[in-house]
Amino acid sequence: MESSNLFLLMLALGACAFYIGRGRSLAIASPLGGVRHLHSLPNYYGLNALLWCALPSMGLLILWLVLDEPVINSIVMGALPAELVPSTKADFNLLLNKISNLADGIMSADGQPAFMVAAAESMAGLRVISQWVLTAICLILATIGLYWGWRRVAAEYRARQSVERVMENLLLACACLAIFTTVGIVFSVLFESIQFFRSVPFFDFVFGSDWSPQTAIREDQVGSSGSFGAVPLFVGTLLISAVAMFVAVPIGLMSAIYLAEYSSKSVRTYAKPALEVLAGVPTVVYGFFAALTVAPFLRDLGADFGLTISSESALAAGLVMGVMIIPFISSLADDVITAVPQAMRDGSLAMGATHSETVRKVVIPAALPGIVAGIMLAISRAIGETMIVVMAAGLAAKLTANPLESVTTVTVQIVTLLTGDQEFDSPKTLAAFALGLMLFTVTLLLNIFALHIVKKYREQYE
Amino acid sequence: MKQAKAAAKSATDTKSNPKQNLEVDTTQATVGNRFCENPKMSMRDVNVFYGDKQAIYDVSVDIAKNEVIAMIGPSGCGKSTFLRSLNRMNDTVDGCKVEGEVLLDGHNIYQQNLDVVELRARVGMVFQKPNPFPKSIFENIAYGPKIHGLADSRVDLDEIVEGSLKKAGLWEEVKERLHQPGTGLSGGQQQRLCIARAIAVSPEVILMDEPCSALDPIATARIEELIEELSQNFTIAIVTHSMQQAARVSHRTAYFHLGKLIEVNPTEQVFTMPEHQLTEAYITGRFG
Repeated sequence: MESSNLFLLMLALGACAFYIGRGRSLAIASPLGGVRHLHSLPNYYGLNALLWCALPSMGLLILWLVLDEPVINSIVMGALPAELVPSTKADFNLLLNKISNLADGIMSADGQPAFMVAAAESMAGLRVISQWVLTAICLILATIGLYWGWRRVAAEYRARQSVERVMENLLLACACLAIFTTVGIVFSVLFESIQFFRSVPFFDFVFGSDWSPQTAIREDQVGSSGSFGAVPLFVGTLLISAVAMFVAVPIGLMSAIYLAEYSSKSVRTYAKPALEVLAGVPTVVYGFFAALTVAPFLRDLGADFGLTISSESALAAGLVMGVMIIPFISSLADDVITAVPQAMRDGSLAMGATHSETVRKVVIPAALPGIVAGIMLAISRAIGETMIVVMAAGLAAKLTANPLESVTTVTVQIVTLLTGDQEFDSPKTLAAFALGLMLFTVTLLLNIFALHIVKKYREQYE
Repeated sequence: MKQAKAAAKSATDTKSNPKQNLEVDTTQATVGNRFCENPKMSMRDVNVFYGDKQAIYDVSVDIAKNEVIAMIGPSGCGKSTFLRSLNRMNDTVDGCKVEGEVLLDGHNIYQQNLDVVELRARVGMVFQKPNPFPKSIFENIAYGPKIHGLADSRVDLDEIVEGSLKKAGLWEEVKERLHQPGTGLSGGQQQRLCIARAIAVSPEVILMDEPCSALDPIATARIEELIEELSQNFTIAIVTHSMQQAARVSHRTAYFHLGKLIEVNPTEQVFTMPEHQLTEAYITGRFG
């Protein structure tokens, strides 16, 4: 049976188990004088039976689906005569792919070597067997589980506790899944980075000030030695982020203060969602807005004042990125400012403070941990932002602190490195992973720093 | 018209509550000694509305200089609302409207172009729940003097802080830790900190809105002692739920009922031979 059908069958069996378990508990309850004489509510007995029926068989199903392909592949390849098995990993995988395609019927068997056709046949056979064995075992497990769940229904059985326990573990499993995914991503980036650092020394990468990742595609190509100094990229990233924060922090914070403290209810009802719409604009739209509207405008404006502003400037990208980030800061700051107790404001006003003195000296300090956390989140967002800078910031890796020039950022370079036509294991492509790893480290450090600040001030203020 | 409505309302209320089965005419004017010579504050025909709902009906009363006046009454009788209208703290409440005159030294605090900042510096307030700012003890006290420019130098400021804490009876307990957060103090200490904060700007009147309701009996006793000491220099209006407290600390007691001021008399008289039946009913525990 197909795995998806099997899955549906399991669900159906689980539903049966629920009704049978519930029904049995009701049947037990009625001679005793009602549901109150059972330990748990009938639904818990039903749920308990469902979990017994569905969980083990589902677990097996998932495990089987993960493991059956590698097992079958190794059996098939192991059965091949030793002299026919390729020695290199790439060729081995190629052969395996061909056999697999033959077995699926994607590739025609005409003109293929006989040993491959035989291997494909054995593979197809193994697959059919695997599928049937899986179906049989799953059904047996589910039936046993159903029977077991049904058997255990008794007036004293603590179905509620046992369901609670399973639920707790399911929640734990979900939490673990999220964490393991993150860990998995980090490790995959880490391993590729290590491979990169084999060809480019770590310190050359981290402290090098020259970035030109053009490596030779052909042996005889000239002028493409490739140098991977990441400093200009990080400087560019920080420059653009700084410009963005210069725009976003004051505007975001002040609009939050206005919305939380001064605006009337009716203004707030419309202004707050309107501001949050900014967060809903796709970044690619911001990107071409920056590249096609803001950048030329700045260039022309600069020309009027005798300034040379590059048509792809850090300023343009930073300004637009700042606008994008405003709602992050304003929305978070608005929430924390609103959460400052009215008693604080009353206390200050009763001392004869004006509204703005109250806001500056009492409300903002009290809300500071939340505001700082919001700003840190926004910085992480600015550093990781890609689309705007790809379109508006340019590609030239210049080491400059002048926002009027064009700079490039880490994220832009990752995009260009991975969209090139290089071999996957060339330093150029692998550099993307190293950059990603460093970017991840930087944002992680920023987040830790933010948490630390929040903790420090919270101790002082609560 | 308003009075008639109120009377009708209180009459129905009286009927609906068996404990409150009293044949009382609440339309009559306040009984007792409402007025005095050279009052610090005097209220004339004060009506307070929250939107369409009227919370205070035609209250007229004087507060003498250096007097402690207690306001008592059942929950929801409007005593806190009335108190907050004395330094315009009701301004911060949406839809709140005050009619009538509230005179401080003969000047109406509700006249247009009055400086609320100056008013609140003269009429300070202490709240029900201690609300120290999330700052150090020193900064809490220094806040008012700083915003009003009362201290020209750091030495001045230190003196004001020390003086206020001494007046509030908190100096001995906190002098070693002036720069630690005020929120780290106990509830009673926090409330005395708030009182110290209020007196740091040398107000003339201090309004206290149930200042002891969040405190234990020992902390309450300290605050009550403090109120007695403060009455030598300040005029104090205190709202309280505790009749014993009113009896202990106040010179005069005002009894509010459903937004109306029923009786104002010297405290001793209110608690021994009240003039009005409603007051008697309240202090003998027949309702409230």
